[in-house]
Amino acid sequence: MKPARIWSWLALGIGVTYFFLPLIGTLEFSLRMRRGEYSLDAYRVVLADPRFQETFAYSVVMALATIVVGVLIVVPTAYWVRLKLPRLRPVVEFITLLPLVIPPIVIVFGYIRLYNTSSILPLTGTAMGTNVLLMMGYATLSLPYMYRAVDTGLRTIDIATLTEAAQSLGAGWVTIMTRVILPNVLVAVLSGAFLTFAIVIGEFVMAALLNRPAFGPYLQLIGANRAYEPAALAVIAFAITWICMGLIQLVTRFSKHTNAAKR
Amino acid sequence: MAFLDISDLQKSFGPTRVVRDFNLAVEQGEFISFLGPSGCGKTTTLRMVAGFETPSAGSIRIDGRDVVNLRPNQRDIGMVFQSYALFPNLTVAQNVAFGLRVKGMPKAQIAARVAEMLRMIHLPDLGGRYPFQLSGGQQQRVALARALAGRPQVLLLDEPLSALDAKIRVSLRDEIRAIQKSLGITTIYVTHDQEEALSMSDRIVVMNNGVAEQVGTPYEIYNRPATRFVASFVGTLNLIEASVTDAGAGTVLIGDTAVALGRSLAGRTRVTLALRPEVVSLHPVEGRETRLAGRISDVHFLGSVIRIRVRVVEAQISLDTFNTSDAPPPRPGDSVSLSIAARDLMVLAD
Repeated sequence: MKPARIWSWLALGIGVTYFFLPLIGTLEFSLRMRRGEYSLDAYRVVLADPRFQETFAYSVVMALATIVVGVLIVVPTAYWVRLKLPRLRPVVEFITLLPLVIPPIVIVFGYIRLYNTSSILPLTGTAMGTNVLLMMGYATLSLPYMYRAVDTGLRTIDIATLTEAAQSLGAGWVTIMTRVILPNVLVAVLSGAFLTFAIVIGEFVMAALLNRPAFGPYLQLIGANRAYEPAALAVIAFAITWICMGLIQLVTRFSKHTNAAKR
Repeated sequence: MAFLDISDLQKSFGPTRVVRDFNLAVEQGEFISFLGPSGCGKTTTLRMVAGFETPSAGSIRIDGRDVVNLRPNQRDIGMVFQSYALFPNLTVAQNVAFGLRVKGMPKAQIAARVAEMLRMIHLPDLGGRYPFQLSGGQQQRVALARALAGRPQVLLLDEPLSALDAKIRVSLRDEIRAIQKSLGITTIYVTHDQEEALSMSDRIVVMNNGVAEQVGTPYEIYNRPATRFVASFVGTLNLIEASVTDAGAGTVLIGDTAVALGRSLAGRTRVTLALRPEVVSLHPVEGRETRLAGRISDVHFLGSVIRIRVRVVEAQISLDTFNTSDAPPPRPGDSVSLSIAARDLMVLAD
């Protein structure tokens, strides 16, 4: 084996160890709840906890709502910018990157100041209003990922000509969006959706400061008071994220439309 | 009034005027080609008819209705694009049915129309395939069927054959023309390929710098070009500078040879004459009584045809002869006497 290749393998080995060792440790620790033997007791306790079910269900619903709102905002925007306002693309890209450089704690404090009970739009005055606010916050946090995924999808098809072809066949904007553009960027939208799902499921700061019963604050609460259950929850959270990533790969690989667009 | 009437059409992008004073009257069922080099304004004009560009001034009337302020989806036109523009997520049948579904046609009628269209383009069994499973020629046929399925008033084709290889191009252009004739649909065809325009069109609009330089039948465009640009753009042309010796009688001098053109050249002392390669022969031919002495400068063997360049005074004259196996091609440096007919010499406008 050539020396250069040995170094490559060594670097890979260190990287893999650095990444997987804590995970293996966490997994191993989560199975040690029963003294002297491995068991799934920690998982059983966590899954049986009504607060786990409530917070997980809440976060799933919020994630789905965030995906819908994100798609409704991002797909038409990215489409319109590519079709009619290509000069504004750098500006829009900069705006979509802002959530990466502005910490969520700043965003959520801004929300609380803007939408508190003494403001014109007192969203924090009701549980539903706060839920809406939290969902908008999640949509903001996932904006960089959703926008990039959709924009990349739009780049693979000739949206200008497809739009004109649809228009010449009598289609209006709604038909063009729903029957031409969206189906052709569906894989990209799904990629963005799975990333959004993973972000929302694990998000802590916004949910905690808006005092909503989400999965992130529940993870923190359990972590502060229990020994084995937090490890089980961490493994579950990782599994959810990895399933999302796997689904992105799956839909990309098996999409007829993506194959069609690439040819 | 003509079925498609374009009057005083103008289009500017910022300070650049890309279409100027464009006028055209197209009769129902006519096949018109816009022919010109890249950037001459032909596609912009077509896109204004389609509604994808808004004219800076002028009017476009289809069947008496001014369509300038209508959106593209309200104009009842069918369009075929250079890049096919088939929807990749839909099958061939779904692509053809797209416009019909938008119009709200009942399902049974859609199915019947799609089947009819697929038969028309000779792809009756490929309805279930996706565009990426078809060749370029097949995709463009499907695009044509899709554009025609809704029975539009006008069919617009924007360089539909440019992306295809030469053989497919020839067969598909015949097919497009046959379909257009059988449906009797008014058609505008944009191309930069003169052979396509000449072989398919009822009339050709030759465009240059945003202006329609000449509108005429292929025969008129080829044999009686109105401007120097049309003469040089359509077909191969030999240009010969000559001095006028008798303007009234139309006699000019090419080198030492006096040629009577038989038309008045009043007010001109020098003229540019144009001559097609196919009306020049290397050997004496009856009806081509004018002889021009020259020397062969180049011989290009093109298979069935041999293109020969002959220097006559200061002009280079190209002519084509058929390749015959029993006679070797002439050689560069040979002295020859070209035979031409004075009536074939075109006098170009200054």
